[in-house]
Formats: sequence, C-alpha cells, structure tokens
Amino acid sequence: MAITLRVNGRGLTAEVPPEMPLLWVLRDELGLKGTKFGCGVGACGACTVHIDGEATRACRTPVGTIGAREITTIEGLHAHPNGQALQAAWVAHDVPQCGYCQAGQMMTAAALLKDKAKPTREEIEGAMAGNLCRCGCYDRIQAAIGSAAGVEA
Amino acid sequence: MDVTTIDRRRLILSIGAAAGGGLALGYGFFTPGEAAAAASGAIGDYVVVAPDGAVILLAKSPEIGQGVKTLLPMIIAEEMDADWSRVRIEFAPVDAKYGDQSVGGSTTTPENYEPMRKVGAAARAVLVQAAAERWGVPAASLKTARGEVIDPASGRRLGYGELAAAAAKLPPPEPAKLVLKSPKDFTLLGTDQVGVDTPAVVHGEPIFGIDTELPGLEYAVYVKSPVPGAKLVSADLDAVRRQPGVTQVFALDGLAPPAGQQVGLAPGYAPGVAIIARNWWLANEARKVLNARWDESIGAGHSTDVYDAQAREILKGSGKVVSQHGDVDASLAGASKRVQAVYHAPFLAHLSLEPQNCTARPTADGGVELFAPTQVATDTRELTAKTLNLPLDKVVVHIRRSGGGFGRRLMADAPVEAAVIAMKAQKPVKLVWAREDDVAHDYYRPALWIALDAGLDAKGHVSAYRSHGVSFTRDGTKPTTGGGVFQDAVPGLLAGSARTEQSLMPTIIPTGWLRAPASNALSFVHEGFWDELAHAAGQDPIAFRLAHMRARIAAEAENSEEGEPKLKISRLAPVLELVAQRSGWANRQSLPHGVGMGVGCYFSHRGYFAEVAQVRVSQDGDWRVEKVWVVGDVGSIILNPLGARAQVAGSVVEGISHLRCAVEFKDGCTVPTNFPDFDLSRMPDAPQIDIHFLITDHPPTGLGEPALPPVIPAVVNAVYAASGARVRELPLTADRIKAALKTT
Repeated sequence: MAITLRVNGRGLTAEVPPEMPLLWVLRDELGLKGTKFGCGVGACGACTVHIDGEATRACRTPVGTIGAREITTIEGLHAHPNGQALQAAWVAHDVPQCGYCQAGQMMTAAALLKDKAKPTREEIEGAMAGNLCRCGCYDRIQAAIGSAAGVEA
Repeated sequence: MDVTTIDRRRLILSIGAAAGGGLALGYGFFTPGEAAAAASGAIGDYVVVAPDGAVILLAKSPEIGQGVKTLLPMIIAEEMDADWSRVRIEFAPVDAKYGDQSVGGSTTTPENYEPMRKVGAAARAVLVQAAAERWGVPAASLKTARGEVIDPASGRRLGYGELAAAAAKLPPPEPAKLVLKSPKDFTLLGTDQVGVDTPAVVHGEPIFGIDTELPGLEYAVYVKSPVPGAKLVSADLDAVRRQPGVTQVFALDGLAPPAGQQVGLAPGYAPGVAIIARNWWLANEARKVLNARWDESIGAGHSTDVYDAQAREILKGSGKVVSQHGDVDASLAGASKRVQAVYHAPFLAHLSLEPQNCTARPTADGGVELFAPTQVATDTRELTAKTLNLPLDKVVVHIRRSGGGFGRRLMADAPVEAAVIAMKAQKPVKLVWAREDDVAHDYYRPALWIALDAGLDAKGHVSAYRSHGVSFTRDGTKPTTGGGVFQDAVPGLLAGSARTEQSLMPTIIPTGWLRAPASNALSFVHEGFWDELAHAAGQDPIAFRLAHMRARIAAEAENSEEGEPKLKISRLAPVLELVAQRSGWANRQSLPHGVGMGVGCYFSHRGYFAEVAQVRVSQDGDWRVEKVWVVGDVGSIILNPLGARAQVAGSVVEGISHLRCAVEFKDGCTVPTNFPDFDLSRMPDAPQIDIHFLITDHPPTGLGEPALPPVIPAVVNAVYAASGARVRELPLTADRIKAALKTT
C-alpha cells in the first residue's frame, strides 16, 4: 500500500507493507541511507531517528504506525536546533573511527540536548547507553556532546 | 608510460609507486573526481594535481575505522608539500600495481611509511623540476611549501596546479636519487588531523559498503545452515517465491574449499538458499516460510562444554613441544616454590557494527564487479575469480568504507557469496547478512586452555616456566586460523628455563583473527599468571617484572638477533616503568576499599604497551574499570596523534568487551544470536583513559592492535588487587569473581 511519510520536512511516499520497519523504508525505498542497520532488534541504536522529536529505533517501528508524525533522520539533523552544534563538535573531536554508529549516536545526542540543554556527565552516559559503538569512541562522544552543550565533559 | 596530448584543462599529473616497492610515474589525463576510474588504466597512480591546484591522493588500503584512508595520504602530502586543506582523497582501484591491498595485523603503517614517503617525494621532484625549467634556475635552488614551488632568490612562486602539465611531461625521478625530508622538518605528520570522511559521516552520507546504490539493484539474503557447511536437505522455495516483493529464489550447492581450509580464505562458498527481493526487509521476511532442513550431523559433539571437558583431560598430560630452553623438569623439581594454574579464554565473535554485506553486479564482458566493505580487497578479487572460475581481469573490486573490521573482514566469504548470487541471478544484487547471520557465521576467536607450572628459586626468580596450551585444528596438524599460537611470551622468555607444549583438538567451528589475534588471549593467560608469580614471590608485580627484564636486557645487548618475534625487552621495560610512574602505582595502597590496580604489559604487532587498570569491585562481584593508564612505544613519531589516541582508547574499550563476552556452541551451532546476548562495552562501561606515547628511535609502527592485549590482564589483576579474587577463566562475570573469592 502507498504510505506517505513526513521525512526531514518533506512528504515522501513508498509502496510498502505497513508492518515494514521504518529503517528499511528509509534505506531501500526512499534512498536515505544515513540511518544504519545494526541488529534489527533495537539493541544497538544505529538506526536511531526522531519521530516528533523523540529518539526512536527505526528498525522496530512499523512504518504504518507513524502517520503524520514528523520523522527526522541524520540527513535532516542540520535543521535540528542542536544539529549543527553537534555536527561541528563531532568534527572538532574527530569522534568517528569507522563511523557506522555515529548517525544513531548523534540523533540520540540531539534528542538529549533538546530535553536537557546542559546535561551532566552521568546524564549523558545514561542517555547514550543504548547506542553501541564497537570502535570504542565513547570518550569522544562524551566530549563532543559536552562541547555542543557548552558544558565541561 | 603513456603521454597523450589532450585538452590542457584536463591535464593532470599522476605519480605512484609500482608494485614491488620500486617507483614508477604514470601520467594520466582526467579531471579531479575521475581519478580512481582513470587510474585503473594508468601505472601506479597515487597523486593527481588538477590545474587549479587541487590535489587528489589515492588511498591504497581499505578503511575499517583504523584511519589509514587519512594517514597514508598524509604521508604522501608531507613529502610532496601539498596543501592538506586542498587535498581530496579517494580509494585506489584494486589492482596488482598497488601491491596487496589489505589491512590487518597493524601492518599498514610499518609497511607503507617509506613507500608513501617516496611517492610524495617523487611528485615533489617533478614539480620542482618543472618550475626550474620554467624559470631557468637549478632545481636544487628551489623550495616547496603548501602546494607551491618557491624560488627563494627571486621570491617567485608557482602553484602545483600551474606546473602539473609541464611536470607530467618529465621523466620520472630515479628512486635512488629521491631525497626524503628529515622528520624534524615535517609540518603535517605529527599533527592532529581529522579523519577525511568525518564530515561525510556526520551528515549521513552513503559512504559505507552497505550504502551502495546501483541502477536496478535488488536485495538478497543468503540462508545457510546453522552448522557450518551443512548441506540442504529440503526447503520450500515455492512458498518463498510467493512472498511479497520476492523476485528470485534459488538453492546453491556451495563449493567446498580445499581440505583443511576455510571458505573466505580459500576459493569456495557455503551451501545455502538465496532469496532476492525488491528491498532487503522483504527478502529477510520471506525466509520465515523457507522451512529449510539441513543435514547437521557433522556438527554432533562440537559443543563448548564437550571441548572444555576434552581440553582439561588433555592438560593432564603433555603436548607437542614447540619451543624450549634450559631443563624445565629439573628446575621445577628443584624449585623453592611451585605455582600451578589452568587458564581458559573462550571463543569470541567480531561483531562489527556494519553486518557482513557486499554488492555485486555482473558485467557486460561476463565478469563481475564488487563493491566491498573488506579488509582484503586483493584477496576478495582473487577468491571471487577462482570461485567463479573467471580470469582475474574480469573481476573488478571497489573498496567501500567498512563499518568496523576487527579481523572479520579478512575473510572474503560475504563478497564471494554476493558475486555468486549476482552471477546466478544475472542482476545487480546487494547481499546483506542479518545480524543473526553475522553472529551465526562468524570466524570466531578460538578458545584456548593453558596449564601453567612455574618454579621460583630461593631469590624469588622464575627458574622454570612450563606452559601447555590446548586449542584447535582443522586439518589434524596445524592450529586453526587465529589461534593456537603458543609462542614464547614474556614470562617464559624471562625464566631460567621454559618449555611450551601444544595440543590440538579437531573442530568444525570456523575460526579467524580477532583484533590482536592470539595476543588477546595469551596476554590474559601469561600476564595473569605472571601476576600470580609476583604475589607468590611476595613482590610488587611491576618490580618483579622489571627485575626479570633487566637480566634479559643484558643478554639482548650481547645478541642483537635475540627474540624470535623481534621482541626487545629493552623496549618493553621502559613503557612498564613509565606507566608505573604515570598511574601512581607506588601509592596504590591508598586507594579506597574495593578498588585495586593491576598491570599488564605486552608486545604485539611491533608495538610495546604497558597498561595499569584501576578497577572497583563490589561485594556482589560487579566490577567497573574506573581508569586505565596506557604507555606505548610505537617508534619515532606518532604520525596522526588524533587518530593514534582513538586507536588506543578504542583498544582499551574493546579489551573490556573481550573480558565480558563469550560464544558458546551446541552441536556445531552458535548459541548466541544477536547483540542482547553479548555484554559489549557501552558508554557507562568506558573508563577514563590516560594515553602516553614514549618516543623512541625506531621506525613508526601500527596502532590497530597492540594497545589491546595488556588491558585484559591489567583488569583481571586489578580485580585481584581490589577483591582478592583470582579469576583464571573468562568472561569475567560477577559469579566467577564470587566463586574465586571462596577458593582464593
């Protein structure tokens, strides 16, 4: 069936079953490959997007359940209130090693900073604990979020 | 060498190092952005200078997060005096002229540092020569800086872009006459440089293997038996065909590799069922109705509990002697004190975050083109050609960025599968393994069991060190890939006498190299036992090690060839001394109750690392690494300190994951299925990390691996210091710590 989604401020339509996870609609149908597949069970956070501003696992979100809610992906992060600050901090700290988890990390970080402009170290740890980085960039992620938020990391 | 006259605006200069280490210059004519494509028809291209002065440098080696796509071009740019802010980097095509395009074993830096310097110096030489001819002055009188040739006498300057056309017509410089910079004149190497793909990563650009897009692309899963290599008995292919979006379904018999070898390392591929659909999720959903039955009889008895019982039985006897010095039996018999222990490290999985995948497209000439996130681009090409019985020139491999490697992508299994499926389907196909496929079909770090028996003499020195290790074999004679390497480790090397024995058990479990292979398990065993010996001798673990090292350093000085893996204790002792200072080791008694410090030091992959871990252990046996101090010696220069520190910090975090994970098998089937079955390090588990490089007068070496092995024993030894629990089996679980508290 044809499903219309609001993605990064645009209306996009895909001919897909409603139970198909948002992740695969984004990647294979809409050509937005920034959102990554890691596990398919919501355990690694690589597929994190925002739905109405809330960090959400796209691999566990049937596309038919989204309706008119606004989806933001890494490709639209620059338009998020914290997006450009996070992107600049990520580059300044050279956070990525392989880089594969970073879209999910940054989307989680952006949602955190929207809720809590000046998070503590522990709050950052708590918010980011669901995002797996197999290269072990955690110290730089922590530092970059601190920089973007203007707090000591 | 071809020199063709074409539109001057498209004229560029390309320079490279020929296969075999010699230098060659190749001249090609293409616009920036076409570099990679055009270079496949040129000779050894690495450097492209556009008329506007922009420089394209080709990175010959795959990028898996270790930073070589940034580092190798930095080395060229340094010697070339290119303006780094105007350099763009592309992967080189996969071609014999670039030599072996693989990354593993932390070899990329040591093997490419000098050749890439020469590439840069050759580029600089012809640009300078072109300017000299333009100005009518001797080349030797000219200087270069930031993409310009400068005539100090007149103050004249010419940008590299203005010289590229003329430089392209000059004969290549003789390699022997190339002058390399003195490292003290480096302006780029030794400075922090952000990864070249970092900006693309933070904008979500599709740069990874799994992001490959092609016209008409379809998506595939390849369903295999949970028991490696098991044949398909029956499957409901028709039911799958009826599923929405499915375009093709076919069973493949597979191609067995030569006896004793593994798919992915030798020609061949596993039997299975390919399901192709218009998107990947539909293909993966369709497998639910496949109802495949496999002949899994070959897996019977290949279970971790069976292996464990078997190994412990074998350890009661002797193994094949693989190395020895002195009379161990006599020294053990005459020892003042005897210490014995059995250590065990389990199977581990790689779990790179980007699952195994590859995109393949049949070509018009009957060949195949691969877009591969791989560590072994050259092998991928060769194994694909051999498996499909194609001439090598009909297989084209494009290197795509990998979302992690850790040794998993040293195996070309997924690329070969993708090629086979695309050729059979005769359409472009992206094969993506589900995470469950990735966990079930890994090449696991093989488990090992080691019995240790050491003697201390009256002075508290290790007079005898016997180790008997049990691991696995596939062909009945050689240890299986990635393990069973029971080489002399430091304690044995430093003991008055030592004997290393090896026993091997047959396995069908695929095994492979996991980041710091062999060392990641042997460091735990030997450095853990070394700690036990120090305590048995009533000595400070660091002072105990250093005392033994000093005697060995004297012997090294007499015989410079000593140390089979080129281990120099004279380089290991200083990093150990320095980490003791930096960590405040001498004051560790003042740590709070339940907090302890432990040390590990290890030489692997040409790097010397000593690490101290500070660990808090609760009464329930829960543990957390609070801080790790790292001191490493990887030679005379840290080429990109920003990248280097990332590798070290990542190694520490990954070592902590090694401590927390294990893979079990039941009758040949992998028991864990997905990330929830692995206690991998998350942000709250990551310690504070203090990193220091000891600069020494040795050629620079790699950092992908050597910082990993020492952290594992450092944590285990810190748990002992904090709690009194001596843990000799991994994973380091709270239950094991509590059990050890009862027995130690």
